[in-house]
Amino acid sequence: MSVDSVFVHKMWNDKELLKMVDGGIPFPMLSDAGGKVGTIYGIYDEDAGVETRGRFIIDPDGVVQGYEVLTPPVGRNVGESLRQIQAFQLVRNSKGTEATPSGWTPGKMTLKPGPDLVGKVWEVWKTEMAYEK
Amino acid sequence: MGEDLKIGCARPTGGPVGETVDAKETENIIKTEEQAMIRVGQKAPDFTAPAYHKGKFVSVKLSDYLGKWVVLCFYPGDFTFV
Repeated sequence: MSVDSVFVHKMWNDKELLKMVDGGIPFPMLSDAGGKVGTIYGIYDEDAGVETRGRFIIDPDGVVQGYEVLTPPVGRNVGESLRQIQAFQLVRNSKGTEATPSGWTPGKMTLKPGPDLVGKVWEVWKTEMAYEK
Repeated sequence: MGEDLKIGCARPTGGPVGETVDAKETENIIKTEEQAMIRVGQKAPDFTAPAYHKGKFVSVKLSDYLGKWVVLCFYPGDFTFV
């Protein structure tokens, strides 16, 4: 979503993005003229008249699980967004009984928070795991 | 004669020049449009927006996606490089 019109979205998709992604952009490119939606989401930069790089992860109940906001010159890391979605999905499927420690990626061990784990995380989770790929 | 614009990732914009708007008036506008940041764990505000999707112009409503995971991305503008 940006403040550009749907006509400009079409031109960007057809003239440039189509050359990067086979078949063009698969998801809807939303237009927010005037930044009304961006304002409610707190990412509209009124002075510049544009939206900053805000990214929101919304779960199947419509609840915001996470967000990230960057200033215009720095691009996002899609892999990190996907990792977070996979983590939120795992937590949701476990009905909140499992938690993903720092550095978690799919397949890695999760934690089951409870009285037995208090003060014992150091036994099962090591600092290096925060940096592992 | 126009000056060369410095082109970066922020969309180039202009603004009013000359006499400044009465300070009191500006203050009122700011008060009524105070921004509140979204909070995690709370409902995402619903909205509808026009969209370009696979060759068509359509209207998209966030709440139509209930039951699915949604990634909502904002960006400064088309053709902004990154």
